[in-house]
Amino acid sequence: MSILLMVGTTKGAFLFQGGVDRQEFEPTGPHFPGEAIYALAFDGRAGRRRVLAGTESSHWGSVVRCSDDLGRTWSDPAEGNVRFPDGTGAALTRVWQLQPAGDERPDTVYAGVEPAALFRSDDAGETFELVRGLWDHPHRSQWQPGGGGLCLHTVVPDWADPDRIWVAVSSGGVYRSDDGGASWQARNRGVRVEFMPDPHPEFGQCVHKVAQAAGRRDTLYMQNHGGLYRSDDGAESWADIANGVPSDFGFAMVAHPADPDTAYAVPLESAMFRCVPDARACVYRTKDGGASWEPLGKGLPQRDAYLTVLRDGFATDGMRPAGLYFGTRTGEVFASADEGEGWRLVAGWLPPVLCVKAAVLS
Amino acid sequence: MATLHLPAALSAYAGGQRRVEVALPGPGTVAALLEAVGQDHPGVRQRVLDELGALRPHVNVFVNGESIRYLTGLATPVGDGDEVWVIAAISGG
Repeated sequence: MSILLMVGTTKGAFLFQGGVDRQEFEPTGPHFPGEAIYALAFDGRAGRRRVLAGTESSHWGSVVRCSDDLGRTWSDPAEGNVRFPDGTGAALTRVWQLQPAGDERPDTVYAGVEPAALFRSDDAGETFELVRGLWDHPHRSQWQPGGGGLCLHTVVPDWADPDRIWVAVSSGGVYRSDDGGASWQARNRGVRVEFMPDPHPEFGQCVHKVAQAAGRRDTLYMQNHGGLYRSDDGAESWADIANGVPSDFGFAMVAHPADPDTAYAVPLESAMFRCVPDARACVYRTKDGGASWEPLGKGLPQRDAYLTVLRDGFATDGMRPAGLYFGTRTGEVFASADEGEGWRLVAGWLPPVLCVKAAVLS
Repeated sequence: MATLHLPAALSAYAGGQRRVEVALPGPGTVAALLEAVGQDHPGVRQRVLDELGALRPHVNVFVNGESIRYLTGLATPVGDGDEVWVIAAISGG
C-alpha cells in the first residue's frame, strides 16, 4: 500500500506518492502547468485507480480530465465534458469540486461548479450532466457570489444512503436532496450570517465547508464564514461549536475518518485578515464533537507565519491513525502521520495551493 | 475559402494543423467560421467560445489584422481570401 497525495495549485497539479508511514513523499508534476486546479479526486471504486482533475486554463476554459496511470497520461476531452445545456444561459467558469459517490453508485461522480451548479457523471468522470433539480430551485436566482465567485464548492454524498446528498454554495448555504438530486431543500437553520439584515435567513449563508462524520450519518461539521457548527440531524438544524478556538472564521473542515466526535479546522484570524491567528500555524482538533478544541502546532511554524488554508486545502487519507495534510496559499504542504499531533513539511515552494486530497493506494 | 490560423496550444485539436482552410457557403461571419471549424474540430470551438457562443475573455480573434473586439465582434464579416487569427491574449498562469 502507499499514499497518494494530490495537490492542486494556481499553476498546476502535483501528485506525491509515499509510504504508509507517511514520512517521505516523491512528487510528480506540475501536471497542466500554468492551469489552475481547484478540484482533484481519487476514484478507487470498481477496480479503478483514477485521478480526476478539474483544470482551468485562463485562455481556453475548464474541463475535467482523468488519469488511470497516476498522472503519466491524462484524458483531454476535446468538446469539454462539463457544459451548461442550451437554454440555461450559463457558461462554465470553474470546476470547484469533484466527488465520487459511494460504493453503491460506483460510476457516479459529482462536480460542483461556478456558476453555482451541480453536475453528475455516470461514467466515472468522462462526461457530466447538469443536475436540473438544483438548477431549477427557486432560491437559485437569489444566491449571491462571495469573494471566490458564486460557486458550488462542496458535495457530500451520504455514505449511508446513495440518494442523500448535501451540497454547499457560497453564498446560498447548505442544500440537501433525499431523492438522488431530483429535489432539494435549504438546510441552514441555526447558521448565522453577518452580511444580511436577518442573521438567520432560510438560505444565503456563506458556508465554507461541510464534512460528514464517520459512522454517524446524521452528524455533520461545518466551517461557516463566521461560525463553526455541528448538526446531529442531517443538517435539519445546526448548533454553534466554536468553543475555545481563537477565531470562528476559516475555510477548511475535516471529519476524522473513523471517530464521529473528532474533527479538524484551521481557524484564520478574521474575514478581513485571512491568515492564521497571531502568525502561528495551528490546526485545531475537537475530540468531543466541538465542546472543546485544542491547538496542534508541533512541527508547524509558530512565529511570523502568515499562512492561509483554503476550503479544499485540507484532507485526510482515511487511515488509522489518520493521516492529515494541508496546503497553503504560500505554497507549503504539511503532513501529519499521527492524527495531527505532529507535522512535517512535504513541500515548501509550490505555487499557491488550492486543494489537497489524499488516498490510500492498494 | 478563408484561412484560420491557430496558436500552437490549439493545433492538437485540429489534427496538428496551425492553419485550417475553411469553406464558407457565402459571405459569413467569424461566428459562422468558428461554427464551421467546429464541425470538423470541435475542440477548437470549445476553447475559443464558451457554451453560450461567446468569445472567451482571454482569447483574441483578428480578421485581416484587425481585432474583432474593435470591429463587430463575432458578427465581423469573413469572406473568401480573408485571414483569421486566433491568438491567446495577455494572460497566463
